[in-house]
Amino acid sequence: MPEPGPRRGPAIRQGWRPPQAAAAGPARLRRIQLRIVPAVLLAARRAGLGGQGSARLIERHARVYRRTWGVLVSGVFEPLFYLLSIGVGLGRLVGTVPGPAGRPVGFASFVAPALLATSAMNGAVLDSTYNVFFRLKYAKLYDAALATPMRADEIALGEIGWALIRGGLYGCAFMAVMLAMGLVHSAWATAAIPVALLIGFAFAGAGMAATTFMTSWQHFEYIMLATMPMFLFSTTFYPLGVYPRAIQIVIECTPLYQGIVLLRGLTLGAVGPGLLASVAYLAVMGAAGLHLAGRRISRLLLR
Amino acid sequence: MADPDILIRARGLTKVFGGSVAVDGIDFELRRGEVFGFLGPNGAGKSSTMRMIGCVSPPSAGELTVLGLDPVRDGPAIRARLGVVPQEDTLDVELTVRENLLVYGRYFGLRRDVIAERTARLLDFVQLADRAGDQVEPLSGGMKRRLTIARSLISEPEILLLDEPTTGLDPQARHVVWDRLYRLKQGGVTLVLTTHYMDEAEQLCDRLVVMDRGRIVAQGTPRDLIAAYSSPEVLELRFPVGEQEQAAEKLADVPADRTEVLADRVLLYSADGEATLAEVRRRGLEPATTLVRRGTLEDVFLRLTGRRLED
Repeated sequence: MPEPGPRRGPAIRQGWRPPQAAAAGPARLRRIQLRIVPAVLLAARRAGLGGQGSARLIERHARVYRRTWGVLVSGVFEPLFYLLSIGVGLGRLVGTVPGPAGRPVGFASFVAPALLATSAMNGAVLDSTYNVFFRLKYAKLYDAALATPMRADEIALGEIGWALIRGGLYGCAFMAVMLAMGLVHSAWATAAIPVALLIGFAFAGAGMAATTFMTSWQHFEYIMLATMPMFLFSTTFYPLGVYPRAIQIVIECTPLYQGIVLLRGLTLGAVGPGLLASVAYLAVMGAAGLHLAGRRISRLLLR
Repeated sequence: MADPDILIRARGLTKVFGGSVAVDGIDFELRRGEVFGFLGPNGAGKSSTMRMIGCVSPPSAGELTVLGLDPVRDGPAIRARLGVVPQEDTLDVELTVRENLLVYGRYFGLRRDVIAERTARLLDFVQLADRAGDQVEPLSGGMKRRLTIARSLISEPEILLLDEPTTGLDPQARHVVWDRLYRLKQGGVTLVLTTHYMDEAEQLCDRLVVMDRGRIVAQGTPRDLIAAYSSPEVLELRFPVGEQEQAAEKLADVPADRTEVLADRVLLYSADGEATLAEVRRRGLEPATTLVRRGTLEDVFLRLTGRRLED
C-alpha cells in the first residue's frame, strides 16, 4: 500500500494551477464549441445566456448516445414510413391536392413537408419531455451538474440544443429522401433545415417548460393528447380548405400548423412575407419556453 | 479585512422552508486545512447548511461568505472551487466509471488530457482502477460512494463538502471510506462533513459543531467537547427487564458526576468507571451487564440535548 501524501493522493493545495487557470484553455474550448454547438447556441451565449455549460451537457449526451446510436438512428425511419405508406401509397389513389394559393400539387409533395415538420415536433417533444423528466427526477443529472459551475439556464439551453442537434440530423436525412424522390420543387427548400430546427426549438422549449411542472409519468398522456391531434389535423394530409371557417381558425392557432405552412411554402416554392409571421410565432414560443424552463429548474433544484 | 485562512464564514445563517426553520441563525468559521464537522441527528439542519455552503440553496437570512465570495451572486465561481459529495448518489448511470469522471470534469471546463491524468490517479486512490470500464449500476454502495468522492476531487477543489459520507454503508465499507478521507486529511485537504455518527466525527474531525433543531449547541475539538460535557469514563449498566427503575433509585447516591437513565440502560459519568462500579456492587445491585468505556461525543450530545444521536 503506497504511503499517503501530497504527491500520491490528490494533493489539493499544492502542485496544481488554480481552477480558473485550468478551466481556461479558451482556444480549445472554442474549437469544440464550433464543432458541436449550432450557431443558435453561440448566438444565445453572446446574448449572455451562457453556453459553455450547455455545450458540456450536449457533449455528455453525445457520449451516452454513442453507445446506443441505434436509438438515434431509429428516429429517421418513422417519418419515412409515413411518407412511403401515406404519401406515396395513398397518393396513388389521391392524385393531386390544392397546394398553397390553390395550385394543384402531387399528394406526396404536399404531405412530405408536413411530415418533416411533424418529425421535428415529435423529436423535440420526446427529448425535452420524457428524457428531461428522467434526468430531472430520477437520474439526478441536473443535481450533479448544479454542483459544478454549470447554471440552470445553461442546463435548459443545453437540453434544447441537444434536441435540436438530434432533430437536425433527422431533418437532414428526411430532406435527402425528399430530394431523391423529387418532392422538392424550389431552391427555397435550402431554408427547410433551419426552419425544421426552428420548429424543434419551439416544441423543445415548450416541452421542457411543461415537463418542469410534471410530477408523474401519467402526465405525459397530456403531451400525447396535444401532439397526436396536431399531427392528424394540422393540414398534414389535406388542405385547410376542407374545414369550416371556425375550425380553420383553431387549426391556424396551433404551432404545428405554422411549421407546416412554413415548410410547405419553402419546398413548393410558394414564399411570401406572410411566412415571417409563422417564423415569429415559433421563435417566441421557443424563447418563452426556454426562459421558463431555466427558471423552473432553478426553482425546483436550487431551493 | 478578511483572513485568507478563513475559507467559510457564517453569521446568523438561517434557512426557512415554507414556515419551518431548518437552520436557525448559526455562526461558524472554517479554516484552511482543517476537517470541520457538523454533528447532529437527522433533521438538525446539517444538510441545509451544506447546501447553502455549496451554493445550491440561497440563505433566507444572515451572512455567508465562501472563499471570500457571496454564494448568491457568485455561485458558479464558488462551485468551480468546491468538491461536493452529496448525501444521495448522483452518479451518471448512463456512463461508465471512467466516463463519470470525464464528463464531470468537463462540466468544470477541464481539458481532456488533464482529466485523463487525474482520473488514473483518482481511481487508484479510491481503489476502483480495475472497474474503470464498468457501468456504475452494478457497483456496491461503498464503491459508488468512493467513486463519488473521486468525482468530487476531479477539479482539485479547495474545499471538499461531504454530506453524510458513510450513511447507508455497511461497517466494512465505512472503514474503507474513512481510510480514504483520512488520507485526504493527511494530504492537507480542507474537508467539511456532516454526520450523525459520533465515531465518524471523533475519528475525522479536527473541530466540530454539535447541531440540534437548526441551532449550534456546542463547538470545539472532539476532545474539548468530551472534556467539557462528558467525563473521562462512563459506566454503562443494564438491568433485567422491569428492574431498572428500582435500581436507578438505589443508584441515586452513588458518587458520580452525573447519572442518565435511558430506556434500556443507566449511564454513570465519573473519572473512574471501575471505582464507580465497585460502589454500585457495594449497594447490593447486580446489573445484567456492565461496561466501562471512555466518554464519547454521543455522551456530549445526550448531555446537551437530552436525546441520543441515532434515534
